[in-house]
Amino acid sequence: MTDRTLALLVVLLAAAGLALLYSTSMYNGRVRFQDPAYYFKKQLFATALGFLVCYMVSHMDYHVMIRFAPPLYGISLLLSVAVLLFGDAYNGSRRWLSLGSLSFQPSEFAKVAVILLLAWHINRCQSGMDSLIFMIKTMALVLPVVGLVGTNNLSTAVIILGIAVILIFVASPGYRKFIGMGAAGIGFLAIFLSMESYRLERLAVWRNPEEHEKGFQTIQGLYAIGSGGIFGRGLGSSLQKLGFVPEAQNDMIFSIVCEETGLVGALLLMTLFALLIWRLMVTAVHAPDLQGAMIAAGIMGHMAIQVILNIAVVTNTIPNTGITLPFISYGGTSVLFLLGEMGLALAVSRWEKQEFL
Amino acid sequence: MKRNKTYNKKKTVIVFAVCMVMLAGLAGRIFYLMVIRSEYYTQKADDLHERERKIKAARGKIIDRSGVVLADNRSVCTISVIHSQIKEPKKVIDMLVKELELSPQEARERVEKVSSIERIKTNVPKETGDRIREYDLDGVKVDEDFKRYYPFDDLASRVLGFTGGDNQGIIGLEVQYDSILEGINGRILTTTDARGVEVGEIGESRVEPVAGYNLHISMDYNIQRYVQQEAQKVMEEKQADQVSILLMNPQNGEIYAMANVPEFSLNDPFTLPEGTETEGRTAKEIQDMRNQMWRNLCINDTYEPGSTFKIITAAAGLEAEVVSVDDTFSCPGYRVVEDRRIHCHKRTGHGAETFVEGAKNSCNPVFIDVGLRLGVDRFYRYFQDFGLMRETGIDLPGEASTIMHQKENIGQVELATMSFGQSFQITPIQLAVTVSSIINGGVRITPHFGVEVRDDEGQLIDTLEYESKEGIVSEETSRTMNTILEKVVSEGSGKNAYIEGYDIGGKTATSQTLPRSANRYISSFLGFAPAKDPQVLGICIIYDPQGVYYGGTIAAPVMQRVFENVLPYLKIDLKIEKQNG
Repeated sequence: MTDRTLALLVVLLAAAGLALLYSTSMYNGRVRFQDPAYYFKKQLFATALGFLVCYMVSHMDYHVMIRFAPPLYGISLLLSVAVLLFGDAYNGSRRWLSLGSLSFQPSEFAKVAVILLLAWHINRCQSGMDSLIFMIKTMALVLPVVGLVGTNNLSTAVIILGIAVILIFVASPGYRKFIGMGAAGIGFLAIFLSMESYRLERLAVWRNPEEHEKGFQTIQGLYAIGSGGIFGRGLGSSLQKLGFVPEAQNDMIFSIVCEETGLVGALLLMTLFALLIWRLMVTAVHAPDLQGAMIAAGIMGHMAIQVILNIAVVTNTIPNTGITLPFISYGGTSVLFLLGEMGLALAVSRWEKQEFL
Repeated sequence: MKRNKTYNKKKTVIVFAVCMVMLAGLAGRIFYLMVIRSEYYTQKADDLHERERKIKAARGKIIDRSGVVLADNRSVCTISVIHSQIKEPKKVIDMLVKELELSPQEARERVEKVSSIERIKTNVPKETGDRIREYDLDGVKVDEDFKRYYPFDDLASRVLGFTGGDNQGIIGLEVQYDSILEGINGRILTTTDARGVEVGEIGESRVEPVAGYNLHISMDYNIQRYVQQEAQKVMEEKQADQVSILLMNPQNGEIYAMANVPEFSLNDPFTLPEGTETEGRTAKEIQDMRNQMWRNLCINDTYEPGSTFKIITAAAGLEAEVVSVDDTFSCPGYRVVEDRRIHCHKRTGHGAETFVEGAKNSCNPVFIDVGLRLGVDRFYRYFQDFGLMRETGIDLPGEASTIMHQKENIGQVELATMSFGQSFQITPIQLAVTVSSIINGGVRITPHFGVEVRDDEGQLIDTLEYESKEGIVSEETSRTMNTILEKVVSEGSGKNAYIEGYDIGGKTATSQTLPRSANRYISSFLGFAPAKDPQVLGICIIYDPQGVYYGGTIAAPVMQRVFENVLPYLKIDLKIEKQNG
């Protein structure tokens, strides 16, 4: 029995995403492409395709699909190499592969591939799950893709790493070693940040965006959020999307959502995400075996990391880094694979034992 | 195949719980930003989206007592550029250079400056503004506004004052009544996108300007013009530095005319008089010269009044009853006070004379005697009681204070010199007001120009009220003084101001400016008419005349001509007609 609540939440989020994207991207579409619906049309196409994929995947047996994890992972590695060699640069980052008029972002595919690969790997791992060797082996498995993706898309690499850490945490018993790992992680982050001065500069911008020239995007986002008030300016009435927030339809879209729909709309959207993450958690808990649980937990981790990091960046709670808001931000590849992932989760949910939380 | 163990489930729930805590934290952050900080960010965002353009309010007019507009407005334009809207910077720069006579360098800087709106030039003639509008260049804004315009150019320039680029008063009545005249500027707010393109559907919000109120003043255009011409004439004849003539109503303080020649052009107030050497002067020196040109001598500067002050000494003497009209004095041509021999202007002496004759002769020893009879205490007290230590409160900015000895420093010599108007300084307006109180029955009035405030439809908004203080001198003293001063004109030193058929009171003065060695004089005459019931009081002061410098000889005739013309104009009855009627 498929999780209907999960399916409904996915449909709601995808629909809300389309509406909010249309509103946000109208101005940029009109100014750049003389077509207010330019971004909307592309997103609509990807969403439609995504639902088709979602439907098909949700009716497949995930035990069968997981057997294809290693080759899928191999393909994602190949694509990541290909994008480094033949990719198209847009806004200074080489992240897209073109096929005729269609463009494709391999890093989005890599996330799904990593979730499947880790689920496959954890299931067949012979050594004890609590051993350090297991953890090192698991991390070593994802490092090639993290390295490849990370060369031009650090944020996605961080997300992939995050998913891996969550899956190891869930798969491996005990807590103490994770505390040590957490400490090591923070230490690593500190060294990483201080290695390059532009990262330190980001920190300075974060702490005082109004004083820094590079805080422009952040501060424009804050203006948009703050001027939303409780009920917002009304859908379609954002002023900050009129070129003030750069690329409003991308990473910063949540600020425009705040401006147009107010605190009420923003909290409603966050509630939708929270419910989705909750259903994914329920799916993971109720999964009949570890493979299914790992798939669902990986998808949950993926959703949670992206939603939390995106909102944290937009509200200047953490320093700026480019992460999109699932379903809402513009990006065809992203929405296509997100819906694919949701199909996977639904497929796992079909195997749930008939018991309710 | 592995099982989904309990600890797996538990840890999944833990990950979920941690995520929910983080989401809740972010919700709190959003609440903070959207509710508590909302006002701040909304304001910032509005500042960013809104382009504000000012609509200047029409400044109120200044109107004379019979309705002649002395200060008016003229339509002009303000030219601005909006950086983000300019499409053809080259054309805009060329246009600015051609139409506004900017240097190409400056025009380029202004056009290329990244600002939301850059004001290029204000007070551009309307024709130029219309021409610029016809270029139809994107990003160039032509806004209509007003410029102050003075139809009579230099008429009463130092009284009316002028306004600056933002229409605010700079000197004179324009400053004094700025809050009444200025009105409230309106503004046009337009919402724009990041490129500066107006967002059509939101449109523009307009806050209409509120015009300033008109100020109706007691000055009379015809009298002022005549007085100014007379002042100009005598200045040229006597090659004097400057000439001031003040004409007022001694009963209520209304000022009919106040001329300070040379006047300056109110429509071009920053240009120094022709032939002024500005080469090699610093900006500050040039500004000092301008300030000098703008000074209102009747108010902003003090001088030693000289013999005209004898009116006040006489009034004090009569009030204190230390002298009566029939007292006799003798003048050997000087008076010895302590170790000092103080001369009379007539070195040979006036001989034996009564107090009235002493006044007619303007005899210094007579007034020295009166001063000495009063003594330091009483003299000083009268000086204070007559109001000489306080400002007159005239409705013009920058009134100068009296420069007077400290009481403890006044010895007999100082007392003697003060008795005939030397060794201290007051403003001409102070002298006029103090004498007014002595001849009008004892009421110290506040001299003023402002009478009424009306809107442009003529609706009365406010009647300006001024303080007056009664009992400065007794009615009797006042009447006696009128009689004495009438004799000064009809029979004495002021006879050059005599007009057949009018009874006029007055007093002449000739004072030497400091330092005495420079031999520079100030000749003056104070007159009023009719002597028995004064309706007009005038002072004519000639600064540094060449040749003959006696007040009775050069200043009195000026006042005579002024009275001759002004008294009939003001419909003040002839003495003879009065007697006949």
